[in-house]
Amino acid sequence: MALYSEKVMDHFRNPRNVGVIEDANGIGEVGNAKCGDIMKMYLKIEDGIVQDVKFETFGCGSAIASSSMATELIKGKPVEEARKLTNEAVAEALDGLPDYKMHCSVLAQEAIESALKDYESRQEQK
Amino acid sequence: MIYVDNAATTKMSEAAIRTFTDLIRDTYGNPSSLYEFGQQAKDVLEQARRDVAEAIGAQPNEIIFTSGGSEADNQAIMSAAKIGEIRGKKHIVSTAFEHHAVLHTLNKLKKQGFEITLLDVHENGIVNAAEVEAAIREDTCLVTIMYANNEIGTIQPIKEIGEVCRKHNVTFHTDAVQAVGHIKVNVIEDNIDMLSASGHKFHGPKGVGFLYVKKGVGIFSLIEGGAQEKGKRAGTENVPGIASMAAALKESVANLDAYKAKLTPVRDRIIKGLSEIPHSALNGDANNRVPSNVNYCFEGIEGESLLLLLDDKGIAASSGSACTSGSLDPSHVLLAIGRVHDVAHGSLRISLGEDITDEDVEYIIKSVKEVVEYLRGFSPVWRDLVAGKRDFIL
Repeated sequence: MALYSEKVMDHFRNPRNVGVIEDANGIGEVGNAKCGDIMKMYLKIEDGIVQDVKFETFGCGSAIASSSMATELIKGKPVEEARKLTNEAVAEALDGLPDYKMHCSVLAQEAIESALKDYESRQEQK
Repeated sequence: MIYVDNAATTKMSEAAIRTFTDLIRDTYGNPSSLYEFGQQAKDVLEQARRDVAEAIGAQPNEIIFTSGGSEADNQAIMSAAKIGEIRGKKHIVSTAFEHHAVLHTLNKLKKQGFEITLLDVHENGIVNAAEVEAAIREDTCLVTIMYANNEIGTIQPIKEIGEVCRKHNVTFHTDAVQAVGHIKVNVIEDNIDMLSASGHKFHGPKGVGFLYVKKGVGIFSLIEGGAQEKGKRAGTENVPGIASMAAALKESVANLDAYKAKLTPVRDRIIKGLSEIPHSALNGDANNRVPSNVNYCFEGIEGESLLLLLDDKGIAASSGSACTSGSLDPSHVLLAIGRVHDVAHGSLRISLGEDITDEDVEYIIKSVKEVVEYLRGFSPVWRDLVAGKRDFIL
């Protein structure tokens, strides 16, 4: 049996929404290079909807796949819904992750939370 | 598939396969049985012992067959410690980049009150014999230092270390799992008291290895039971595995010069090719390493992703990244030579086999370049490095 599910490998090989949003209004970065995982999420939110989302990830196969899947799960969704994204939902959508890789899905959830928090603080400053 | 993970395991040689299959079919007797059919197996076993001994310059009665390198390491170290304890000597000298079969055994002894000195292996991944000598104390019962490192391939000054140990009357063990069958090893010339080796690293089968114990050096059994291996290793001997390993070793040792002549330029070509990747570095000394080993760090990327994408391109290699080990820390070997976590995660080990072609070599270089560039393309670490928000380490 392969290390990862077909879904994980698909998102790893062909990551969705990879890159940068130049005029993002919410940016979050979590993890650190020392541990071998960094995820950066860029959000473009308009009228309470996540109009666009992109990511950059330094990390293993499941970290890249988790980032990719997380962006798919929130793209086009209301902010309220994006806020409710859980790591379990990311892992489930990938048809599961090995136990010792579950932290990658946690990181994806945290990256989105962090980007949403950045968005909110920018709104408050307005 | 281009298989360049020969430090993990090797393909069995045709001679090894033939020996193995012939024996499991035709010579299944128990070497401890007195009838002729059992004694035939015993003859095979003793011929294998002579062949293995000859390959490393030992005497047949100095060879104990084991289940592999890890068992041999455990047995050598635990035996030396037991003897040390009886003599009131509870200090062991080793290095920070040993295989876990050695390091974890030393950790166990530490909990039992032993003091362990782990020597620095320097940036080039080579221990200094003078530093070994300086670390030896009145109560040192063992020096255990690997012959060639399993990750970065660096070759240690075993002969000089052995000399120092002889001078101070300290038992010297070497984990030679990556050396035997790959470079010339002679236990007499190299002043070795105990040596561990593993069959599947030199085209023999898995699950079989051996421990050389110089005559006069004390050794205890780890496994209680029958009187096999002169009471030093109980359990019915793995006759097909042992004879198959001996066949592979005989072949590898006879072929050492050709092996070195073929792989050294290949290794150096790959090192040169990968050196063209910016912000990358070779791990371990460029010349004093086994002919088969290339180990590189690439800044801004993570090793597991690199391996998976190389696998997609039909290349099977290995990495010292944490994600490939299931732990949070990257390779202890890379940390021991001073690589910081950030770059140690982005390592690649290519360990060559003799069947590699020039075409393969160019394809590997091209593929690694492509994959590193691709992964850097969406790495936030690389973005920060390029933007000057983070300092390059390599």
